[in-house]
Amino acid sequence: MNGGEPGQPSQRIGEQTSLKASAGRVWGMILRYWYVIRSSWPRTAELIYWPLVQMLMWGFLQSYLASATSFASKAAGLFIGAVLLWDILVRSQLGFAVAFLEDIWSRNLGHLMMSPLRPGELVAALMAVSFIKLMVAMVPVACLAYFFFGFNVLSLGLAFAAFFANLVLTSWALGLVSTGVVLRWGLGAESFAWLIVFVFLPLCCVYYPVATLPAWLQPVALALPPTYVFEGLRAIVLEGKFVAAFMLTAFGLNIIYFALGFAAFAYFLQSARRHGTLVQMGE
Amino acid sequence: MRKVYRDVAAVDGIDFTLAAGAVTALLGGNGAGKTTTISMLMGLVIPTSGEARVFGANMARERHRVLHRMNFESPYVDVPMRLTVRQNLEVYGRLYGVRDLKDAVAATADDLRLSEFLDRPYGKLSAGQKTRVSLAKALLNEPELLLLDEPTASLDPDTADWVRAKLEHYCRTRRATIVLASHNMAEVERLADRVIMLEKGRVIADETPADLIGRFGRSTLEEVFLAIARRPRDEETVV
Repeated sequence: MNGGEPGQPSQRIGEQTSLKASAGRVWGMILRYWYVIRSSWPRTAELIYWPLVQMLMWGFLQSYLASATSFASKAAGLFIGAVLLWDILVRSQLGFAVAFLEDIWSRNLGHLMMSPLRPGELVAALMAVSFIKLMVAMVPVACLAYFFFGFNVLSLGLAFAAFFANLVLTSWALGLVSTGVVLRWGLGAESFAWLIVFVFLPLCCVYYPVATLPAWLQPVALALPPTYVFEGLRAIVLEGKFVAAFMLTAFGLNIIYFALGFAAFAYFLQSARRHGTLVQMGE
Repeated sequence: MRKVYRDVAAVDGIDFTLAAGAVTALLGGNGAGKTTTISMLMGLVIPTSGEARVFGANMARERHRVLHRMNFESPYVDVPMRLTVRQNLEVYGRLYGVRDLKDAVAATADDLRLSEFLDRPYGKLSAGQKTRVSLAKALLNEPELLLLDEPTASLDPDTADWVRAKLEHYCRTRRATIVLASHNMAEVERLADRVIMLEKGRVIADETPADLIGRFGRSTLEEVFLAIARRPRDEETVV
């Protein structure tokens, strides 16, 4: 231990305000979540399990329909593409939210919240970890989709990059809102973090065009960024064209939703500090 | 400072200044306001009125200016169970911006007799070992202000004594300021330079342990605590 006058900062501590110091804290949190992923192979297997089940189910269904209907035979890859993109949204959101829940389950949140970690740094780490988990889950499943059904997601080319980026942005916005709600209301609201993304399943028109929805529901669907991704996928698979306007609209909406998500997270964190819920978290 | 949850005042108008380099104990029964007070000092809870200032920073608004100079230990808050002791210390070392982290972890682990557990998951340690890990996490950044919430709760007497000795040593060598919330009166007598006694969110006594014991004509702080807790209802004012 270093001796010294009371009130003198320790020589052991580096400066705290630079970008490098901030990156060090974000890296610390990424390591924290990575160590958890690495410590348990069942958890890693679980990341892959549901996307694999979904992909196989929709793949075989599409194979059956292709042999039975002329539409499905023309639309090869439609269902598998949709399910892979849908799972990007789901896995990325869950990757974000579950990483945060790990800290509540392990009663670690109090230590984190009184450490020098800033809220923005926590969010940056959660985004990075959700991306890592997404890669762990989706790369093997995408490879198996090619192996089983000959569907190569990379054949979508740059369109896939645009789809991917838009879905991940939406998932982070949803992750921010869901973790904010858990911060404010505690583990009683945990199911919200697990389920929020599934509200999007019917509304984002994953497996059918927007025109299928009742007229009054279509504006709601068109206000959601993933809707444009799935419409864009159908445009490529069925008509062979990439509609850039879809992606730009989705990106614009995502910027708004992400900003709103971060504002909601910051508001709920502040509210949790006012209501004392950070202290009771995990109990 | 005042903190009201709905219509209940958890802390009801307390006002004190901590002496640098001294150990201040917060005493009081369950629900007296000790944890809420410590939480406001850390900035985890925002006061309804008044403010907590630490190293000049308002903890409701500017706590990130000073959090690296503080740390906290409580048996009621864990570090991640699946991570090994070394991984936990590495993560917290990065959060606190500790220089030469590998050496700092090794030195802290050695100081707290944790070296042989460094590669064991935290969740597989005994209660005493976990407390030592929490203490290592709390001392890793060599905090000037250390907040302790019942640091020896649920420890056997030997381990508890060892933890107290370690805290005494840290306070003396680092000249750190310590705030200690405890129900263990012997611990408070041994460690504290000053006692702030809380009841229903108010300060009812604020003096040295010896002065408090002398004023009540008792021989231990525990007897004083019981005398205050069991005094007639109509005497529930400052003692």
